[in-house]
Amino acid sequence: MYALRKWVQALFALLVNGNWSFPVNRNIYQGSLKVVCSPGLNCYSCPASTTYCPIGSIQQLLGGLRLALENGQFFVGFYVIGTIGVIGAFVGRMVCGWACPFGLFQELIHKIPSPKFGIYRPLRYVKYGLLVVMVFIMPLFAVGEFGIGDPWYCKYFCPAGTLEAGLPMLTLQPSLRETIGLLFYSKLTILLVFLVWSVLSSRAFCRTACPLGAIYALFTKIKLVRLHLDKGLCNMCESCHRVCPMGVKFNESPDDAECISCLACSKICPQKAISLEIGGVPFVPAPISKKIIRVS
Amino acid sequence: MIQKSKSSRQNKLRKAPFYIILFFLMMGCLGISFDEPRRVLELATQICLSCIGIG
Repeated sequence: MYALRKWVQALFALLVNGNWSFPVNRNIYQGSLKVVCSPGLNCYSCPASTTYCPIGSIQQLLGGLRLALENGQFFVGFYVIGTIGVIGAFVGRMVCGWACPFGLFQELIHKIPSPKFGIYRPLRYVKYGLLVVMVFIMPLFAVGEFGIGDPWYCKYFCPAGTLEAGLPMLTLQPSLRETIGLLFYSKLTILLVFLVWSVLSSRAFCRTACPLGAIYALFTKIKLVRLHLDKGLCNMCESCHRVCPMGVKFNESPDDAECISCLACSKICPQKAISLEIGGVPFVPAPISKKIIRVS
Repeated sequence: MIQKSKSSRQNKLRKAPFYIILFFLMMGCLGISFDEPRRVLELATQICLSCIGIG
């Protein structure tokens, strides 16, 4: 299962970024597939993106809420929140470990040889603050003269947007380079900080600043698919502490909101005390050797 | 050889996730009934340069 994860990550990265004609047409994909939600954080202004980003969409809908209501359109985000809610209730933050292209990118750059550091634990709460303030409150209440709010998180913070959309668009459309200013350079600085931090610390952005991860984390206790610790088998060897990319001490807090169900702990556990469960029922794939025996 | 844990739980199906999924599914359908996907598509297919820090 753990080995399968890399393939699933690559598959999702390709599925949500399937517009490979962008070097020719030098623009973003504008087809109807963009009505489909990207489960992970993937900027929909990325030239390759074929799905919409739920965080970007929520901000845009909330920013335009006043205008929409004045025009008799009830665009309050039910479709987007409903979609995120269904994904969250199914797998929660498993999306971060299995289906997020930006998470995969951080995992890859963390392989660059360098000294490795942990992350100060309380920093995990920053992402909840960013979610509430920059994704919900500011787009809704900080409105301009026409009653439209900005997508604050995308505009002022999102390093995924700078990497996946800002830099590629500047490359594809050189005329845009004349328009960049302080805002772009501040976002570029944020991106560079997270890139360096992700080399030094595992999944720095996911753990401290991802609002989508913060939403999925709310489903930790009630999600359908999650990891289960058999406390009777666990001998507290703490092997799971050493391998967790999110800094979770799984044997101490199996329902930790940071767990991305990557199965690294399940793979390393000498007691086999950690397993995947679906709706309370353990999911144990049959070993390949047993299948061969049955066939023969 | 690993002994089977005495404290292993009985495999009882948790129902709460299904209710939550149903709730959000209904919320999504409500959004569809308000024609929200069309608006989401409009927003996603137009590039907003200031939204990505350009311009």
